[in-house]
Parts: sequence; C-alpha cells; structure tokens
Amino acid sequence: MTNSPPDALLALTNVNSFYGQAQVHFDLSISVPRGHIVCLLGGNASGKSTTMKIILGLVKPRSGDVIFDGASLLGLTTPQIVRRGIASVPEARRLFADMSVRENILMGAFVRNDRDAIAQDLDKMLTLFPKLGQRLSQRAGSLSGGEQQMVAMARALMSRPRMIVMDEPTMGLSPLYVDRVLELIRAINQEGVSVFMVEQNASLALEIAHEAYVLQTGKIVLSGSARALKDDPRIRDAYLGGSEAA
Amino acid sequence: MSSWLDYTINGLIVGNVYALVAVGLALIFGVSRLINFAQGSIYLVGAYIGWVAVVQLHTPLPLTIILVAAAAALVGLIIERFGLRPLQNSVRIAPLLATIGISFVLDQLVMLTFSPNPRALPSQLPDVRFQIGGGTIGPLDLLIAGVGITSALLLFVFLRYSKLGWAVRATAQDRDAAMQMGVDVNRVNQAVFGIAAALGGVSGLLVGMYYNQIDTAMSLQATLKGVVAEVVGGAGNVPGAVIGSLLLGLVESYGVAVFGTSYRNLFAFLLLVVVLVLRPNGLFASARQAPPEPLTGTFIAPSRPVRIPRWVLLVATGIFAVLPFFPVSFYVLQTLINAWLLGMLALSLTLVAGTIGQVSLGHAALLAIGAYTSALLSLTFAVPVGLAIIGGGLMSAALGTALISPSFRLRGHYVSIATLAIGEIVSLVILNWESVTRGPIGISGIPPLSLFGYELVSPISIYWFSFIVMVVLALLQGRLLGSHLGRSFRAIRDDDIAARAYGLSLNRYKSLAFIFGGFAAGVSGGIAAHLYSYINHETFNTQQSILALTVVILGGLGNVVGAILGAVALVGLPEVFRIAAEYRILIYGIVLLLLVRFRPQGLLGTM
Repeated sequence: MTNSPPDALLALTNVNSFYGQAQVHFDLSISVPRGHIVCLLGGNASGKSTTMKIILGLVKPRSGDVIFDGASLLGLTTPQIVRRGIASVPEARRLFADMSVRENILMGAFVRNDRDAIAQDLDKMLTLFPKLGQRLSQRAGSLSGGEQQMVAMARALMSRPRMIVMDEPTMGLSPLYVDRVLELIRAINQEGVSVFMVEQNASLALEIAHEAYVLQTGKIVLSGSARALKDDPRIRDAYLGGSEAA
Repeated sequence: MSSWLDYTINGLIVGNVYALVAVGLALIFGVSRLINFAQGSIYLVGAYIGWVAVVQLHTPLPLTIILVAAAAALVGLIIERFGLRPLQNSVRIAPLLATIGISFVLDQLVMLTFSPNPRALPSQLPDVRFQIGGGTIGPLDLLIAGVGITSALLLFVFLRYSKLGWAVRATAQDRDAAMQMGVDVNRVNQAVFGIAAALGGVSGLLVGMYYNQIDTAMSLQATLKGVVAEVVGGAGNVPGAVIGSLLLGLVESYGVAVFGTSYRNLFAFLLLVVVLVLRPNGLFASARQAPPEPLTGTFIAPSRPVRIPRWVLLVATGIFAVLPFFPVSFYVLQTLINAWLLGMLALSLTLVAGTIGQVSLGHAALLAIGAYTSALLSLTFAVPVGLAIIGGGLMSAALGTALISPSFRLRGHYVSIATLAIGEIVSLVILNWESVTRGPIGISGIPPLSLFGYELVSPISIYWFSFIVMVVLALLQGRLLGSHLGRSFRAIRDDDIAARAYGLSLNRYKSLAFIFGGFAAGVSGGIAAHLYSYINHETFNTQQSILALTVVILGGLGNVVGAILGAVALVGLPEVFRIAAEYRILIYGIVLLLLVRFRPQGLLGTM
C-alpha cells in the first residue's frame, strides 16, 4: 500500500485534493518520521492548511492515502483520528473563548477517561506553562495572543498524543512569544512527541525542524533536512511565496 | 385576576413555560446555529401525549411528566437523526426549511390523529388557591415554577459538570475545534435535540394543564414565543433564554392587564422587533454588532438555472391564455385562478427571498395589507375596484417596506425571524384596530372584481384578469432581473460586504426589492379580497407565508418562471390527485422536506 519509509509515523502518499472544481494538492507525499519535527513551508494559497485538514479528517482527499502508525486514516472521522493519537493546535488557536482556561485545557483530555492521571497532567502543564497558573479561571477569550497559544499547546498535549499537528503556531505573536513557542515545541518533541507544523516563517521553522517540505500551489517543490534547506538559495524564493508573493 | 401581584405571578408562570421552549431553542442554536421551527410541534406532541396519558391511561402526575419527557425526547432524536443529520453539509437554508417542513408534518399528523377540535386536559391537581400578599397562587403555578427551576438546575449541572455537557459547550463555541479535541459532534447534536425536545414536550403538557385545553394551533404559537424569548435573551445564550422568557411573560401579562387579552401577542412581537433592531445579539450582548450570520450567498443553494427556450414559455403562456375557449370545467378554472394568485405572491417572495436573499416568513402580511386597502377603498370611498387593487399594491409596497426597513441590517435567520414577527404584528394590528379594520368581525360585502365599470363575475373573466395581471408582473420582474438593478440585487445576496465595498447602498436596494415585491403581493391580496368578498385578520396567515416559501423553493429561489411553475404545481397537483384538504398541508410539508434533501436549488434552479 505505502511506499513511505517504515519508520514514518505519518505518511501522506500521492494525495490529490479538491475544493469543488479547483485542485488543491497534486500528488502530495510527505512523511513524518517518529520523534521528528517536520515542517511544511509555503506562502498563501499553497495548500498548507488544507494539508492539516486532510490529516485531521476535516477534508477528504480524492485520491492517495494518509497512513498513521501503519494504518490508513481515510474513512475515519476527526474524533476517531484524535483517538488514534493525533492532537492539533489549530490556526489562530481556536480556543473555546467563553470557557475558562482550565476548561479549555481539560477539553484537550476529552478522549481520556483516567481522571487522576488527567489531574496530574494538568499540574504538569502548569509547570510547563507557569503563566497559565494565575489564569485558570479566566475566560480564555480574554487572554493575549501569546497566552492563548500557550493554552492551545497545553490543550493539545492533554490528550497525551503521539503526534501534534500545528497550523502556524507563531502567527501573530510578539517576538518574545515566538521564541518561547519555538522552545516549547522543541521541549515537547524531546518528550517523544512527533511534530508536524505548517509555517510561513521559514527561517524560524528551520531552526527547530529536522526535515522540511516546501509547498507551492499544491506541489512539493523542495524537501530535505532542515540543515540542508537552510543553506539552499531557492528556499528564499519559496518561503517568500515565490512568484505569487505580493 | 385583579391585582398587579396576580399579573406578575401570571407573567412569571407563563414565562417559565416559555423558558422550557426557549432553552431548547437556545441549546440547538448554540450547537448548530439553527432556529428549530419544529420546537413548537414537539410541544404540541408533548401536550397530546399528556392528554393520552391523563385521560386514557389515567397515569399519576409524576409518571405523566416522565412519559411526556421521554416520548418527546424520542421525537427530538428522530428529527435530528433523519430530518437534519443528512443535511449537515448542505447550504444553511436547508436545515431551516427542513425544520419548517417537519413542523408541518408533525402538526398535521397530530391533527389527523386527534382531530382539530380542542380537548380538555385536566391538571390532576386540587383546584385551590392560596392567598399571598394581594394575590393568589395555585398548586399548578407551583408545579410549573418547580419544573422550571428543576430543569434549569439540571441543565446547569449537566453543562457545567458532565463530560457531554462540556462537549455541548465546546461545540457551541467552535465546532471544528471541538471535533479536533475528539468530540463526536453528532452525539452532541443528539443530546441537545433530546434535551430540547424533552423540555418542549413537558412545556406543552404544563400549558395544556394551565389553560385546561389543548388544540393544534398551539404549535406555531409556541414556536413563535420561544423564538421571541430566545432572541430577546440572545440567540444561543441559555441563561439569556430563561431571562428573556420571564421578561416576555411579564411584558405580555402587564400588556394584557392594561390593554386586554387580544393585545398579548402584539406585545410579544413588538418586544422582538425592538430587540432585533436595537440589540440583535440579545439584551445581554455588549455591542450593537450584527449577529454572527454567514454571508447570505452561502445561505442559499447556488446552482445554474435550467434554461427554458423562449418558445416554450410563449407556447405555455398561449395555452393558458386560450384555455377558457376549450371545454374545461369551472373547477379547473377556479383552481388555476388560485394558482395565479399564489403565483403573484410567489413572484414577490422569490424576488425578496431569492434574488436579494432576504428569506421572508411573513409574506402573507403583504397580502393582508393589499386586501384590506383595496377592500376599504372600494367600500368606504367608492373607488373603482381596478384602481382600488392598484391602491392596495401601492399601500402594500409602501407600508411593507417601511415596516421591514428597520431590520435591513439583519442577515440570514434573523431576517426570517424579523419578517415572521412583522407578519404577526400586521395581523394583530388588523385584529385590534377596530375603527379602521372592523377588528375580529372582518370586512364583508366587498364589491366583486370590476374593470372600467364592467363587473367580472364569470369564472372565465376572472381567470383572464388574474392571468394577465400575473403575466404582466412576471414580465416586469423578468426585465428587472436582467437590468443592472437585478445584478445589484444578486450581488447583495451573494456577498453584502463586497457589494457595499463597491458602493451599493444596501438599504436602498433592499427597499427597492421590497417595494416591487410588496406591490405584486398587494395586488394579489387585493384581487383575492374582491374574489372572496369577505376577509378578516386570519384570512392571510403564517401558513400562507410558508406555503409561498415552499412554492418559491420548489421553483428555485429567484426564478420567475419557477415561482409560477411552483404555484401551479402546489395548487394544481393536490386537485389533480383529489387529495382531501386536511392532507394538503401534510403534503406541502413532505414536498418541502424532499426538496431540501434532494433538490435544494428547486426544479428550475436558483437564479
């Protein structure tokens, strides 16, 4: 079925997807090795966010396959995919604005039923994100963008995922928070969680990623180790969005 | 009832009953962004199940309540599973129309099972009243208050402390994000519909006991009151719905105290319109911003209209024009006259709902305005009937547009609610403004149709008259749609923000659409008044508004030929198949449901 390397935790193979008549992806193949951070780079309208949606089962590809831990995710609903061990940090955080910070974080553990362990994990999140301790009973919508990003990451970790997919985790954050978020992604990864992230800011993403792919109007135009890509002159064009950049 | 305290108690008790309906509506709106127009039907089902339990099975009160809650919840689950879940990925108007269709079907099934005659529903409680302060309170009042408070507490505990309750709240805030946390949104929908239906059913039971009588007209009333309370409290806001309901109950009760019983509903709908205009997000919303509704273009099913060659239209028009020369029965002509009158209303609605995207649920009010104007002009001022009908059209255009204009900045569902409320207000003003409209007695002895002094009394002449008027209106509307005005209308429907960015004044174009539509509907109402020779405040009711909407959806929203085809089909087919009158509404409901499911763009496609 799959021609992805055997150590891949997640593999998209020859995915073609459409929005109505318009084709979004052309034979997209991406693999995320176990324990790695893989980054998908690309400008506006390159199909990055749709890639996320395909992994999460929110958009169904017309052909190709999505393999997670040896089994296809196609035909599963989003909640079923979450139960397989994929958590997400959606674009623009998407917190439950009128629920408290505590409730938001605990929503991340929705698929779990081990109450005591959930309580322990909540404490663990508060050591990982100390700022959230004083905010627990506040409305999530009242936090700053950076704080919301922390909540979104804590929420994703609460399901004890094997992999986290993140959509532009640094978007709209102050430089201080950008560094903090990148540090945290690295820390999460060192605990054994694989990370697949979609980013527009290539220079930042390549600092922490192991491998990266460059997506341009639905096609992978460049891929390889982050180290090699950082020095590639073409990457500059690509992450600025190539010819379509304004 | 005498003291203010009595009116306050009555207001709070009635408010409690409304709250049971409104909370369900708020839960459903929160999770699915859908106003469930079938909520009142569940309330009706609850009342009749209660009647069966009390009168035929002689169940004790606690068991009656449990039985009603369980049965109603089951109905709610069935509606969710088979009526709405298949529409999950359809356009936004589809589930809205589906709940309207479901409510037709449920109401008619209840009516066919139990007959439309009212039935007594004894309360099973001792008939005593306790003195408190200057007023009295009875055991049933206490029961209603108790059920209301208990339900509110249970709901609070459910939402705050249960896992499913958290899922409901998370889904209401952000459906996609909730799914990404592993929430099964279908289960959330099920839970919400089950709870809403159980509450609605119990509410119906309690109301039946309170007034000691149930009948099938309760359904629409309950939906309307629930919607009013919910919108007043802020759509989707559960505590807001409770407060909105109590407020509504009090406003009605005090209104009745001051002005009399026939004013009850007038106050309810005035409250709604005031809230929609000043605080569309409900009394408790902080900002005066427009409610979060999608762009109207995504609300209506997009499609390519079916191309009909001009010669087909010409031949069809020709056939219908010469039809009276053939030996057709008066019965056929009569049926077609009804179709032409409905066709004019449908032309009006398809322009307003389809072309410019304001899905009106109160279109019968335009008929009523036209009919009353024309009738009064000819009766009181001896204006020739032909001119009086034109006067009716003009009045309908002017008054209808003026009435709807405060809600021009609303979108989607909110337009439907506002038009529904305005429709009700028009009918209630007609009922209460006795010096002009003759109130509940209605207007009788309206002179028959006449043109240039010649009375049109033969079915053939009436047939030609109504057919020609309709064709002229259709041609005008066709021209309108082809002009830059029509393009502007469609631009506003598809994306009102973009349209505004290109300099289109939304208010001006919406006014123009309502003026033209109001004229067509007013003319239809005017002709009808002279045909019927008697009209009252119930002649043009919400059921006709919904029938017109079904016609327009059947033909394809915005589609001129579709509107007429839809009218002929919905008026004609039941006659052809000789379907008994009591089954017709049922058929309309089923047609609406099938359309929404299988051809949301209608027979000829939206334009």
